[in-house]
Amino acid sequence: MKEIFFTKTHEWVRFLTDTTARIGISDYAQDQLGDLVFVNLPEVGDEVTAGDEFADVESVKAVSNVYSPVTGTVRAVNEDLLDHPELINEDAYDAWFIEVEDIVDRAELLTQEEYDAMNA
Amino acid sequence: MKLIFEKGKEGRGCEMLPESDVPVTAPSEKFLRKKELRLPQVSETEISRHYTQLMKRTFGVNNGFYPLGSCTMKYNPKVNDDMAKLPGFTEVHPLQPESTVQGCLEVLKKTEEALCEVTGMDAIDFQPAAGAHGEFAGLKLIWAYHQDRKDVKRTKIIVPDSAHGTNPASAAMAGFSVINIPSTKEGYVDLEELRKVVGEDTAGFMLTNPNTIGMFDENILEITRIVHEAGGLNYYDGANLNAIMGIARPGDMGFDVVHLNLHKTFSTPHGGGGPGSGPVGCKEQLIKYLPTPRIINKDGSLTFDSKSEVSIGRVKAFYGNFLVVVRALTYILTLGAEGLRKASENAVINANYMLHLLKDTFDIPFPGPCMHEFVISLEELKKEKGVSALDFAKTMLDYGNHPPTMYFPLIVHEALMVEPTETESIETLKEVAEIYKQIYDRAQKEPEALHLSPVTTVVGRPDEVAAARNPILRYQFK
Repeated sequence: MKEIFFTKTHEWVRFLTDTTARIGISDYAQDQLGDLVFVNLPEVGDEVTAGDEFADVESVKAVSNVYSPVTGTVRAVNEDLLDHPELINEDAYDAWFIEVEDIVDRAELLTQEEYDAMNA
Repeated sequence: MKLIFEKGKEGRGCEMLPESDVPVTAPSEKFLRKKELRLPQVSETEISRHYTQLMKRTFGVNNGFYPLGSCTMKYNPKVNDDMAKLPGFTEVHPLQPESTVQGCLEVLKKTEEALCEVTGMDAIDFQPAAGAHGEFAGLKLIWAYHQDRKDVKRTKIIVPDSAHGTNPASAAMAGFSVINIPSTKEGYVDLEELRKVVGEDTAGFMLTNPNTIGMFDENILEITRIVHEAGGLNYYDGANLNAIMGIARPGDMGFDVVHLNLHKTFSTPHGGGGPGSGPVGCKEQLIKYLPTPRIINKDGSLTFDSKSEVSIGRVKAFYGNFLVVVRALTYILTLGAEGLRKASENAVINANYMLHLLKDTFDIPFPGPCMHEFVISLEELKKEKGVSALDFAKTMLDYGNHPPTMYFPLIVHEALMVEPTETESIETLKEVAEIYKQIYDRAQKEPEALHLSPVTTVVGRPDEVAAARNPILRYQFK
């Protein structure tokens, strides 16, 4: 398994190569949000920008934006999440949102250790 | 409890409609239904009992304490309803000649004048049906203003993270893109961040004030100056006006547009889905963009005027929720200028008093003094005892209390947002503060029990997740 990085806004990113990556939200984020009931995802071919929102998730408590850790182009979307948002609650690190290619920029990223320290 | 469709019997019914006293004209064949309408077939007794049963199961401000933060669930004086029931207001048709409804037009005009005085605006329009609708109309005014000046690059609305959630949503609906800026740790707009993001693309700035943590932004004049200097307009979300009536006016603080929630601040019933009223107000230079028709004085009588060619157009059929305006005007005239100011002062004092009673027991991240509401965080309690804000709120139901707003604002974790309003007595505030402390004590001693509450209500814990994921939105006929 590739190394995982985090943003301060609670997304995770796993780089598959230097310019491709999978993105999701952290286990801490899903725990704080509670049971998720809807997910809105971008489409294949959409551009995402580091630090800008690219998706949103809705729990019984609130709707929250999901921000992209990288700048690039969406190559794949995990459509299973649209019908089964509970997959994110079950395993946040398996439930990836999008796969991005042609990555040209990254937001400030934290290691697992740094991220855990931030939430402690 | 059975649904009304499950009551009654085939062929049963009651005749509630009077005989038609005008000639009957049948619509064209192609508009007629092919099948009978599936209406409940119930007797008047059954209908009456059905709704009485439903009424017993609801909880409103007439039943008890209802401190739903951000919603201003104040008591609504009955005289407001008495006025709204007058036949001169209820038995009119929206298309009737203006000369025959001068009294109704006068209600709208007088309420406009009163609210202009309260807000410092130059005009108020009553078409928007509720708060977010007022925001939408207000933002459209900002849009029209920049378009009219050919300043078309102004497409961004700046919203602090302590704003009402409707602010960014309304801005997006009105066609803007939204820039979010964080608050300082004191809960105010971060001026450095604001200076960084304003520029030639700034259409406007939306401030919820007092904000969602119950703070009046102490830099408000500096904020509106920064936005104006960048060429943007300032929007005041007046949903929390209950804290400042007769004390401070958005119009004097550099705001160009404001919306009000008559159903909150001006004491008309809400909470059951409406009807609400979210009038939008603006300064002189934006009046020509307001929805039409406007009411004007012409040759000594009031008349509708739709001449403006740059108006954003109608945002609702006819003149808004008129009878809500009648109630609001009654409230304003009953209290008078001094009374409105007193109402706000008491709303603020009540919130601070309750905050004071609770502050030694609970974690209050922005400890005040607050305005009309304050926010408790149960983050520690959840970490230590596993009792969440939801558990806490559900337990309050067993004590005959409506819980505060929960999980809002988002910047406070496990939030409970308490807005007692001015219409609660000191005895109620003390009693409720004791109950909150008792529940806190129980959370320490028997946290498991709180996961199961409420135990005394007809409905325990509805499955909110299932309801959101698999909603059944209509009756399933057999």
